[in-house]
Amino acid sequence: MLQRGSWTDDRTGISAVAHTETSQKATRRDFLYIATGAVGAAGVAGMVWPFVSQLQPDASVLALSTTEVDLSPIAEGQIVTVQWRGKPIFISHRTKKEIEEARSADIASLRDPQPDADRVKAGKDQWLVVIGICTHLGCVPLGHQGAYDGWFCPCHGSVYDTSGRIRQGPAPLNLALPPYAFTSDTKIVIG
Amino acid sequence: MEGHSSYQPKSKVAQWFESRLPLVGLIHSSAIAYPVPKNLNYFWTFGAILSFMLVVQIVSGIVLAMHYVAYAPVAFARVEHIMRDVSYGWLMRYIHANGASMFFIAVYIHIFRGLYYGSYKAPREVLWILGVIIYLLMMAAAFMGYVLPWGQMSYWGATVITNLFSAIPVVGEVIVQWLWGGYSVGDPTLNRFFALHYLLPFMIAGVVGLHIWALHHVGQNNPDGIDVKSVSKDTVPFTPYATIKDTFAVVLFIIFFSWFIFYTPNYLGHSDNYIPANPMSTPAHIVPEWYFLPFYAILRSIPDKLGGVLAMFAAIAVLAFLPWLDTSKVRSARYRPLFRIFFWIFAVVAVGLGYLGSQPADGIYVIVSRIFTVYYFAHFLIILPLLGFIEKTKPLPASIADAVLAKGGATVVAGAAAPETK
Repeated sequence: MLQRGSWTDDRTGISAVAHTETSQKATRRDFLYIATGAVGAAGVAGMVWPFVSQLQPDASVLALSTTEVDLSPIAEGQIVTVQWRGKPIFISHRTKKEIEEARSADIASLRDPQPDADRVKAGKDQWLVVIGICTHLGCVPLGHQGAYDGWFCPCHGSVYDTSGRIRQGPAPLNLALPPYAFTSDTKIVIG
Repeated sequence: MEGHSSYQPKSKVAQWFESRLPLVGLIHSSAIAYPVPKNLNYFWTFGAILSFMLVVQIVSGIVLAMHYVAYAPVAFARVEHIMRDVSYGWLMRYIHANGASMFFIAVYIHIFRGLYYGSYKAPREVLWILGVIIYLLMMAAAFMGYVLPWGQMSYWGATVITNLFSAIPVVGEVIVQWLWGGYSVGDPTLNRFFALHYLLPFMIAGVVGLHIWALHHVGQNNPDGIDVKSVSKDTVPFTPYATIKDTFAVVLFIIFFSWFIFYTPNYLGHSDNYIPANPMSTPAHIVPEWYFLPFYAILRSIPDKLGGVLAMFAAIAVLAFLPWLDTSKVRSARYRPLFRIFFWIFAVVAVGLGYLGSQPADGIYVIVSRIFTVYYFAHFLIILPLLGFIEKTKPLPASIADAVLAKGGATVVAGAAAPETK
């Protein structure tokens, strides 16, 4: 167990040995020492948690976690940007040509292989909803630009196609899909 | 002070570092080997408690600053946002708000400890004056912090305190407008108070560093008020003796502190501060936080604007001159029978002024306030200078060791028989 040396009692001048170096038997003092330390450690940990927790998104931020969007004003071929949890969300009303380009891509050649059908809701092929944040280092890509007529990131030149999939440049992944659902033919709720 | 360690690092790396920056040696000499008089009582743990409170206030304050906005139209709402929306925001704010009161409770005990045991006397004058400076900085920090929630008491407290400077002849008005950054307390005032409220604790920390440096240079006073004659006989090493004792006292203080935070968090505050600041209407009964009440009573007891302000500041400033106002050569009240009586009268007067400051300023309260104010100054300016000449002090013990042994004859035997139970 814990070993502590001898000391000289300052008041009396008498030397005392709390624990002999050879004794392996736990004493009451060892128990108190460890128990006190454990209670202290638990108390400190209990107090550290609120100080860590206060940095989390607060209730007023969490209250902003869903965004409703009316799709009816978005013309075919138009991309609009809406805000959800402080992030840009691209809503692309794709043309027939754009849908065709997205479908005809050779899946095997993609860096982050994913068929277009997995990136849109069934029967809603014309609506592509993606988080407008480049998966490289977080910039917002520009729409209708780049070699695949999808998005082009001005920061480091990542190129996305009309399905928001990474085709060229340093980004590792496709543009992410936010959780969303159609509440009617022309309305979606993000989040 | 004699007895400091001659720290010798064991490892090669530590030796390399120590020869370039003797940081570990400094910590070792000031927190481990530092000799502590062995007769210290629990009143000597308040230095550690105050250090702990400074850390608590800085840590909780930095957290609050992350969620607060010092802009008059939203400041009140941001405090409510902290209380309702921020994860554990209520805890952060109650720690900080009650922490200010705890800080002052501890500092008042610390100051009265110094007054009772003569800790301000040579060679500790600079140590004492640094303490008075810390106290002033604490008051400024507490006052500005109280303004930030931008409630009615914040607003009108700020108005009253800043208007104290309008008592200065000729330039008073100009100074007050300069303090406000406008023609009344407003958003510019709030913003600068927030900036200064964030700055002051770090200035306090700096002066605390000097305070501890001065303390460790001259050595601690002690309940017998006599000098250490033999480090081996009169003192014990800081670690483990003072470290454990201080930690124990801090834990007890945390329990006391927690009771306020968790059971009565608004007891020491004022309910009017939960009403948003309204520059058009002053609350019916405006009082400062409890720790300012004695000085508030002195301010109100003088029937003259400039005189009241001067008396209030003088009540604090007089403390800085205490080492020279007290003419007695004996430090501790233990050996000063007359001083001991006057000390307790002074303590009652000081606390009484606090009570009077919380009461309405009319009738009997004003008369008693005036008597107490006169006594407050008489204690420092008349009683203490004269006592040194007329008081017959008791004989001092030959040494700290003698004083301890004279007191604890019985415990020596018990201690020898079972040292681990001591």
